Amino acid sequence: MKRRDIIQKIGFSALFACMAANIFFLGGIIFFIAARGLSSINWAFLTQAPRDSMTAGGVAPAIVGTFYLTMGAIIFALPLGVACAIYLTEYSPKGWIVNLLRISINNLAGVPSVVFGLFGLTVFVKYFGFGVSILSGSLTLGILALPLIISASQEAMTAVPQSIREASLALGATQWETIRRVVLPAALPGILTGVILSVGRVAGETAPILFTAAAFYVKGYPHSPFSEVMALPYHIYALMTEGTHPVEQTRIAYASSLLLLGLVLSVSMLAIYIRARQRKTYNA
Amino acid sequence: MKKILMSIVALGLAMPAFAGKAVMEGSTTVLPIAQKAAEVFMNNNPGEEISVRGGGSGVGIASIIDGTCDIADASRAIKPAELEKAAKKGRNLKAHVIAMDGISHIVHPSNTVTNLTREQIKKMYTSRASNWKEFGGPDLRIVVISRDSASGTFEAFSDMVLDRKRVRPDAIMQASNQAIASIVARTPGAIGYVGLGYLTPAVKAIGVDGIIPTKESVLRNKYPITRPLFMYTNGKPEGTVKKFIDFLKSPEGQKIVNEEGFVGLK
Amino acid sequence: MNKRKERLIKYLFTALAFSSLVFLIGIVLVLFKEALPIFGKVSLKAFLLGESWYPTSEPPEFGILPLILASLWVTLGALVICVPIGVGSALYLHELAGPRQRAILKPVIEILASVPSIVYGFFGMVILSPFLQDTFELPIGLCALTTSIILGVMATPTVASIAEDALSYVPRSFREASFAVGADRWQTLTKVIIPAAGSGISTAIILGMSRAIGETMTVLMVAGGAAVIPHSVFDPVRPMTAAIAAEMGEAPVGSDHYNALFAIALILFLITFVFNIAAEFISRRFRLKLGLSR
Repeated sequence: MKRRDIIQKIGFSALFACMAANIFFLGGIIFFIAARGLSSINWAFLTQAPRDSMTAGGVAPAIVGTFYLTMGAIIFALPLGVACAIYLTEYSPKGWIVNLLRISINNLAGVPSVVFGLFGLTVFVKYFGFGVSILSGSLTLGILALPLIISASQEAMTAVPQSIREASLALGATQWETIRRVVLPAALPGILTGVILSVGRVAGETAPILFTAAAFYVKGYPHSPFSEVMALPYHIYALMTEGTHPVEQTRIAYASSLLLLGLVLSVSMLAIYIRARQRKTYNA
Repeated sequence: MKKILMSIVALGLAMPAFAGKAVMEGSTTVLPIAQKAAEVFMNNNPGEEISVRGGGSGVGIASIIDGTCDIADASRAIKPAELEKAAKKGRNLKAHVIAMDGISHIVHPSNTVTNLTREQIKKMYTSRASNWKEFGGPDLRIVVISRDSASGTFEAFSDMVLDRKRVRPDAIMQASNQAIASIVARTPGAIGYVGLGYLTPAVKAIGVDGIIPTKESVLRNKYPITRPLFMYTNGKPEGTVKKFIDFLKSPEGQKIVNEEGFVGLK
Repeated sequence: MNKRKERLIKYLFTALAFSSLVFLIGIVLVLFKEALPIFGKVSLKAFLLGESWYPTSEPPEFGILPLILASLWVTLGALVICVPIGVGSALYLHELAGPRQRAILKPVIEILASVPSIVYGFFGMVILSPFLQDTFELPIGLCALTTSIILGVMATPTVASIAEDALSYVPRSFREASFAVGADRWQTLTKVIIPAAGSGISTAIILGMSRAIGETMTVLMVAGGAAVIPHSVFDPVRPMTAAIAAEMGEAPVGSDHYNALFAIALILFLITFVFNIAAEFISRRFRLKLGLSR
């Protein structure tokens, strides 16, 4: 073998090792958490409230809380995000506006999650007086999800062929009718992928709800948007840092982590699957 | 805009009030008592609802001043600045002592040291003292662990042990009692301090000035680092809040305090 | 009538489109408003360069240099992991993996990116830190090293997917020209493709850094929390995000301490803002250089 072939071989092996490291990371995390968490997950764990000083029972209120927070965030972020994407792709604004909006979207996506938490605390909890509640938490998480939904929707709408739009306009449809009847339906799967990805992201966030929504313990289910709630990610944090029964709590924290990991990863996989199918139909 | 929002909020807040709902918030030290008491209370009184948050003594007191919680848990007494703020908002906060606590110093079970004086502890936390040998222990680096300097537990500790001197900068600051207990449990050279309720077989409580922290020694006021734990209410408690505070002060409630490892008021 | 409706709809979308800008400005305003009072009591220089963080002592000291250095220290450590592995896997995906492999490997990276930070923090706390403590016989397992490893793993997918994007922008003609002059695949990769995608890859690295420095829960759980200027990778540290998350709960609203925590958040925001703008700027030039309009 020539020297340069050897170098190439070593180089390619190194790249392969890098790729393998990703699989190793993902596999390692799933394996360790599943190995110690799986045995504690059963029907009672999913359907009961915590009991006996958080050492027994389940995490049902936390599951419900996470569900409400996530739905609230999407209800808030979806219309705003899609509207923003429509404006950017369909109304072709001036270049500097596009740049300004793109920079603000990218920067909003890069804001550290704890800063969202402080913003939510100051504005929603204190200034608007929503208190520590589902509403405050959802709005805070919604802002966090906004850039994700905008980019996904924008990408989906850009992918809709220009010829379809022109055909619609040529038939006498107004621009809004074209958007509503032609562009949005065609972009729907792409927007849906964005929504699902945001669900995964929002459901797993802890820092933004730390000061805006999360409760250590509630027994029942929330009655109004102004109730504070337990949430799965915060529950894991609370189990590891509060309470006087570390051994039992760690066991429950393993199970809760596995549950959260399972939820978030299956949501992401669903989004990836939908996107892959969508691409196939485009190519076919 | 703000007015409309406020009225929506008022409506929202009024609804749960009918259901007999109370929000309890504050000290992480009091949290285990609060949680268990709320759990038993709700089992005894279906229809009543109490939600429990941690956050810290400061948060609890701030929230009750803002009117966003009904009961504030605190592991320290209210500060003059906070009282002033409460007065400005027209709140008349009422303190309820619900338990006693001894701040226990803990080390790894393998550590041979069984007793330290307050002076020695102060030296560990404030000077550069670095080896257990200096304190009659094994040849091991001391890992100093403390609560975050804003917590109620830290303030009590700082008052009663450190004479308000600063903790050395390389001390590991943790946000909760359990975090400290779990680090000490797996760190041979560690020293930390936690509420009495957080003592487990995984850590070893050492005596302070010759007295081991136990319920007995705290109750008799022999243990040198004891403090009351509070719940603050807005004025005289009423409704669910009153029922809950009464429950916690009753023999059944005080039994919970003892079960969670703290010291009931007899 | 129809025309008025159309125009109304357009205005509506225009207004809604500016929501992200409004939120961004709102965040900046809130941070400034809540942070500014502290600078009436401590000078900006003393705040940024002070070496002692004693927010509750009498008198208090608000020096955040240890916190800033801790954030940079763990981020630097994270780069050691996420840059080679992230860029390496991007190159693998782009150069070596066939379509079938890509169909499996790209989702793996995306799924790794979606693991919640609390799960990473939990993993670091119960599995990695005891392991490192035993392996290196450390006095304590919660330290800069543990934090850097976890942050590195968290930032790897960010670096990998953005770097892969950058590689895909390199025109085919570059590669063909290189093969034509007799270079092999490795030479083409190192001498042609990487330099061509260089600024795109640096964007990926900057955004990876931005991700690592702003991470909160993981750092809160595994960094140890000692507010001291780090001297080794085994020192427990207190990065900015951990200080905010841990102390915000205990600081009385409106106190100096409360304002100081917002000031830390402001500094943190500005750091990530600079990173994001730099990434934006570099990637724009990168695309122009390769003759791409977008």
